[in-house]
Amino acid sequence: MESGFLHVGLSHYLTVSAMMFTLGIFGIFLNRKNLIVIMMSIELMLLAVNINLVAFSSFLNDLAGQVFTMLVLTVAAAEAAIGLAIVVVFYRNRRSIEVEDINQMKG
Amino acid sequence: MIVASLAFYLFSAVAIISALNVIFQRNPVHSVLWLILTFFNAAGLFVLLGAEFVAMILVVVYVGAVAVLFLFVVMMLDINVAMMREGFMKYLPVGAFIGVVLFVELALVYGGWVMSPQAEALRLAPTPDLTQIPNTEALGRILYTQYVYVFQASGLVLLVAMIGSIVLTLRRRPGVRKQVISDQVNRSAKDTVEIVKVQTGKGIA
Repeated sequence: MESGFLHVGLSHYLTVSAMMFTLGIFGIFLNRKNLIVIMMSIELMLLAVNINLVAFSSFLNDLAGQVFTMLVLTVAAAEAAIGLAIVVVFYRNRRSIEVEDINQMKG
Repeated sequence: MIVASLAFYLFSAVAIISALNVIFQRNPVHSVLWLILTFFNAAGLFVLLGAEFVAMILVVVYVGAVAVLFLFVVMMLDINVAMMREGFMKYLPVGAFIGVVLFVELALVYGGWVMSPQAEALRLAPTPDLTQIPNTEALGRILYTQYVYVFQASGLVLLVAMIGSIVLTLRRRPGVRKQVISDQVNRSAKDTVEIVKVQTGKGIA
């Protein structure tokens, strides 16, 4: 694999996705006061996974990666819908969405 | 070729910077807006990789549905923005440590990765000549045949998510007056109207 500034290869895309995944992990650890930002960090991590799948699919000439990207997109949308519903119910009961307050899973 | 490389650097730089902003913004509404910018730039990267259909789906599904859902919920909940930064510095060292460790691990994995010469033969769905068939058509050809179970499974996942979020957020509040159409239709004159003969000068008791 020849390398140079202007030759964009698979490793460039993998680096971008690794950085984005790391930022997602970082966001989960930093934002302890807001559950919604944690969910946005999870979306960032899923996006990094999608970039990985599409990059491999493109560079290895295999379309299966793009099919599974769509599967990941679907699961991400479902996860966001259910997660936000849980956040709304939790806020209705406790008037807070801090991580420290979520220590019992009833009511 | 040079334009494509420069576009890659532009898209990836803006994507990383806006991902940073998603994490570090004080106001969650701004975080959602930066998240939308991240999604747009990732879609640009997908277009550069030749996956146009997935790029457009990313814009439609993520920006059009998920990000707007986030925006609604963020604006619906009354969150104290000033409290948001408490404990931020407390978790910064451990978060940075774990982030760096994870990044180094990923770099080691990717750095040592080489493609085996036999791997070409193991591809599940080799890409057809994209000058003959567009990307969307090629995807459709395998999505509805080879991967039809995956397709159906994702439909089921969406159905479960839809029912689940409706069940979770549904509630009956006492004391709220709502229109009940069957009660209105079944109401008859003899239940409600009483005809009284009023005598002059007496009134009704």
